[in-house]
Amino acid sequence: MPTAPKIGLLKGLGLTLKTALTPATTQQYPHVKPDLPPRTRGVIALMEENCTVCFQCARECPDWCIYIDSHKLTVPPKEPGGRSRTRNQLDRFAIDFALCMYCGICVEVCPFDALFWSPEFEYSEHRIADLTHEMDQLREWMDTVPPPPPLEVGAAMPKEVQDGQRAAAKAVEEAAEAARAAAEAAAQAEAAAQPAAEPAPDFDQETYDRLLAEGKSERVAKAKAKKAAAKQRSAAGGQPGGSASPQADDGGSGSPQAGAQAAAAAEPAAEPAPEFDQETYDRLLAEGKSERVAAAKAKAAAAKRRRQASEGSEGDQ
Amino acid sequence: MESILTFDSLLFTVVVKVLVIVAFFLVAALVVGYLEHKVMGHMQDRTGPMEAGLGPVKHGVGQLVADGAKFIQKEDIIPRSADRWVFAIAPGVALVPTLMILVVIPFGPGVWAENLDLGLFFALAASGVTVIGVLMAGWASANKFSLMGAIRDAAQLIAYELPLVLAGAAVALQAGTLSLVEIVERQNELVLFDTIPVWYGVPQVIGFGLFFVAAMAELNRPPFDMPIADSEIIAGHMTEYTGLRYAFFMLSEYAGMVVLSALAVVLFLGGWYPWPGADLPDGAWGAVIGTVTTIAKTVILAMVMTWARATFPRLREDQLQRMAWTILIPLALAQIVVIAIVIVVLP
Repeated sequence: MPTAPKIGLLKGLGLTLKTALTPATTQQYPHVKPDLPPRTRGVIALMEENCTVCFQCARECPDWCIYIDSHKLTVPPKEPGGRSRTRNQLDRFAIDFALCMYCGICVEVCPFDALFWSPEFEYSEHRIADLTHEMDQLREWMDTVPPPPPLEVGAAMPKEVQDGQRAAAKAVEEAAEAARAAAEAAAQAEAAAQPAAEPAPDFDQETYDRLLAEGKSERVAKAKAKKAAAKQRSAAGGQPGGSASPQADDGGSGSPQAGAQAAAAAEPAAEPAPEFDQETYDRLLAEGKSERVAAAKAKAAAAKRRRQASEGSEGDQ
Repeated sequence: MESILTFDSLLFTVVVKVLVIVAFFLVAALVVGYLEHKVMGHMQDRTGPMEAGLGPVKHGVGQLVADGAKFIQKEDIIPRSADRWVFAIAPGVALVPTLMILVVIPFGPGVWAENLDLGLFFALAASGVTVIGVLMAGWASANKFSLMGAIRDAAQLIAYELPLVLAGAAVALQAGTLSLVEIVERQNELVLFDTIPVWYGVPQVIGFGLFFVAAMAELNRPPFDMPIADSEIIAGHMTEYTGLRYAFFMLSEYAGMVVLSALAVVLFLGGWYPWPGADLPDGAWGAVIGTVTTIAKTVILAMVMTWARATFPRLREDQLQRMAWTILIPLALAQIVVIAIVIVVLP
């Protein structure tokens, strides 16, 4: 049996009547331009200066509507005597908007911010071939790309901005650190030279006595005392030298031999390190080598010696 | 009272009447069609047609004229296996009855083509002829969807013609005449309880509702548009039609809205009288005021049809038939019995 008509019929009539009496939300498009959000996918613009011809956009495009041609360009070296480099020169960059499905993968994938979305959408053509926009036209669309909308309150900054801020903060910190380390290293180099004269204590007498008094076995007490001594030494010498003075590191090595070496190293730290092995130079000249070769080899020998010295101190520990 | 379109020469009278009726028929269909576009648009939070205009007047007032111009340009296709002759004249057969009803509808004092003694009978009988054109179209198209649509339309007409006729009969019973002009005059004289002048729409409110619903169903107006339900049988009997012939079917739908609304106005809403018990001046002013009143009421009723179209979903075929046979017809019968008893009991 059919059920009797209920109040819903009248409610429906009321709803349509109410809708009829409220103004329609239609925008009369050709007369009224739509108010589009800034990230509207209208047309893709190309900032050709940013393009490195990496082909990522063309490869990722699901319907292969991006055409790129390029050739290699040899760039002369920046400094005389340097190596000349090659660079990709963009010859053609075209997007066939008859094929494009506006997925935006090319814009997303571009690692150098060369592709952008523009909200312009009125570029229909009478010929389908005219929908292939070449580089100059894509460049013109760039003028229509709106600035990115402001972030919401409390939103995280974009990753690249975050990276930049972090790098800037780090640079400031490093500069301060380097200045501090340089000052410290200078002080330490002097300090390191002194304890290196007498052998560094191998054994912390105080700790040994205390542990014995606490009733530990002699063996345990001796081991702990040695350890404590090592700790003290490393606390005294193991200060971070930083890149300011690599040689100051050597001052921290604890063994007597290393101590002696550190003293030796601490001395040149004050005056410039020998960059040139005079002995080798003389020998090579005597052997009849050219002056240039002799100088280079002398330098290499000096560098080798320095390296051996630092390795030797590490090996002793 | 004679029709104002009557002249000394019979031939001239006939020509003038035919021209006036055809002109009104076309203009009214276009106006109601345009209003339906706009009203339904706004009911769906749209604006409807906005561009096509007549001269400086925009808001889509010329939309249906443009549509007509388009229909004329369309290719007139007749399917190879169609019954060409029947196929060709079917739209006319569907259209002419609507035109014929206009002959007897009075729009104002003296503003009618013919005042038949059997006016109501003529109007209801003519409205039933439309289905012949629909059946012809459906059969001659040699298309299963067309045929199913035509059969559904015939079934619907049989089901809904009954409440339509019974509701009209109740009015004739109360008025004591079948002449539509007489019905309007008697209606204006009706005074309820010797104090409140009312139209037949008040004592016969059930009959008015039945008449209105049945009229919508006869015109295949949504929510009773199962015979032309596009989601299951494409466009019913109009499936194979193109161009002007298709436009004829559309025209008969919109003209049907006007004609049946006008008939409802005449039967239940006091015809050309602006309010119950009103007195119109004699002569030209009375004719003008009466005509404007009738047309205004007619347009309002046609817009209510559009309102229902924009609101209610389509009835399923079985719901459609069940509604007619188990609700509308028993109600109409009960109403006619009650009216008859009241007429006899109350002098």
